[in-house]
Amino acid sequence: MTGATIARTGQDRHAAFRAATFGDVLRSEWTKLRSVRSTFWALAVTVVVGVGLGAVISAATARGYARFSVSSKLSWDPTGVSLAGVAVASLAIAVLGVLCISSEYSSGMIRTSLIAVPKRGRVLAAKSLVFASVAFVVGEITSFAAFFVGQALIAGHAPHAVLGDPGVARAVAGAGLFLTVLAVLSVAAGTLLRRSAAAITCMVAVLFVFPAIAQALPDSWRNPVNEFWPTQAGGQLTSVYHAAHTLQPWPGFGLMCLFVAVVYAIAWTLLDRRDA
Amino acid sequence: MIEARNLVKRYGSTLAVDDLSFSVRPGMVTGFLGPNGAGKTTTMRMILGLDAPTQGSVTVAGRSYRDLPAPMREVGALLDAKALHGGRRARDHLLCLAQSNGIPRSRVDEVLGIVGLEGVARRRAKSFSLGMGQRLGIASALLGDPAVLIFDEPVNGLDPDGIHWVRTLMRALAAEGRTVLVSSHLMSEMALTADHLLVIGKGRMIADTSADEFVRSSSEQSVHVRSPQAAELAARCREAGATVRAGSTSGMATAPVAGSDARIGTDVIEITGMDSADVGRLAAARGIVLFELTPVRASLEEAFMELTRDSLEYQAAGGTR
Repeated sequence: MTGATIARTGQDRHAAFRAATFGDVLRSEWTKLRSVRSTFWALAVTVVVGVGLGAVISAATARGYARFSVSSKLSWDPTGVSLAGVAVASLAIAVLGVLCISSEYSSGMIRTSLIAVPKRGRVLAAKSLVFASVAFVVGEITSFAAFFVGQALIAGHAPHAVLGDPGVARAVAGAGLFLTVLAVLSVAAGTLLRRSAAAITCMVAVLFVFPAIAQALPDSWRNPVNEFWPTQAGGQLTSVYHAAHTLQPWPGFGLMCLFVAVVYAIAWTLLDRRDA
Repeated sequence: MIEARNLVKRYGSTLAVDDLSFSVRPGMVTGFLGPNGAGKTTTMRMILGLDAPTQGSVTVAGRSYRDLPAPMREVGALLDAKALHGGRRARDHLLCLAQSNGIPRSRVDEVLGIVGLEGVARRRAKSFSLGMGQRLGIASALLGDPAVLIFDEPVNGLDPDGIHWVRTLMRALAAEGRTVLVSSHLMSEMALTADHLLVIGKGRMIADTSADEFVRSSSEQSVHVRSPQAAELAARCREAGATVRAGSTSGMATAPVAGSDARIGTDVIEITGMDSADVGRLAAARGIVLFELTPVRASLEEAFMELTRDSLEYQAAGGTR
């Protein structure tokens, strides 16, 4: 075997190499994300569940509208009904976000990744940024599609919403933003816990189980949870009507962002300090 | 060039690496040798910045690994060939690594060619055999055309063809002036590949020496003799200060023999402490007939076992020697 077969060929053979940049790591993480099948499936599930389940719920509830009580008719929220599927689809984003780092731990790829990029914060930042961007695009597509499909099915059976109505555009776009921030949280959770099962369980508990349990508790427990539990607070961005004991949309969303930032900082610190 | 100074790694109460200092120089293959659990992998992980040393420091090309501006351009490493996402195609795996260090896409196809995986570049890594996985790992180490290469047990699980290929590759990389550090728990493997040896046991450095010197200094030389008057020769050699053991006809030394051991009556003995010329002269002077007189050097494997005997983490009860 001669040297020429091992060494790099072409004109940059003798060129001094440049330092690796954050942009390089971003490209690398994009390749990682698009080159595994779980990404495609999780995103497909997000869209199908988000739009499909929203459509089913919209059609079913709108057909029952005529038999609603007066108070139910007064609190009728066509935007919220059409976005109901997106709330469920958020689980697919959470799972994919956890997996994009925890699968590196379970396969051992993390060691290869950290040898390639020993400035570990860059790996986490690039992974989060790439996945959050994907979640944003897919989230907005899903939210708007769910809204339009849902309103089309509601129209004729019950009052429906249009984007120009007060708060509606913010709520629909907000559903996509919620998924984006959730994406960052799930990457951070995967980094913290390193095990897929543990991190996914944790995300399900934060998103669904804990808020559900709180609804069964007395008001002294339920109200603060609805007001300040990070994902409940962030969810206010996706609703048109303001319920009692909840934060306003943007402050609520800000609280969720703050929570995610704290978890992210802990994940960053641990990733940097722990032996990989 | 890799330089370690007083490296220590402690996991809880276990001392995995105990005050290792060494340099790995360019232009040669340095074998990193020790029984399983001796601390080889831990040391390599510290070199590569995966584990932080409890004490001491290690540098590559004069810098701590984490401070290298483009690590893969300077160091290529294969720690564990299975450390990849099995669902990713081989080419995508290499591509994401290349991109992370700004290495051009064309280099991916080059290294696939070097390791002979062009034909399976689009297959998912989990479908690879152990040997193909090892080749993929080596391909990723070569991506940045680095001056320093670190391989942890690269021939583990390879078939003879693959082993020969890895050996040739290591030698070729060293011949190009690169620094090559290869770990193994098999002395025989290192005997065929390494120019220099770092031998560790229980985390401590046992020997830091050239491969030739290692055998010379650590292996006892002995003289294998077959004679119908073996018992008499044995007695005369002892008088001259040598140690004599009853030999087996295969030439392997067996158990030490006490002075009056009846087995000295057998016609093969192993003499240590005298060279073959002295034994021949002594036999001639006493009129002892010799059928065979052979200088024997312990193999590298035996020298290694001798050295690391006390540092094995686990030993079969009763001993295997």
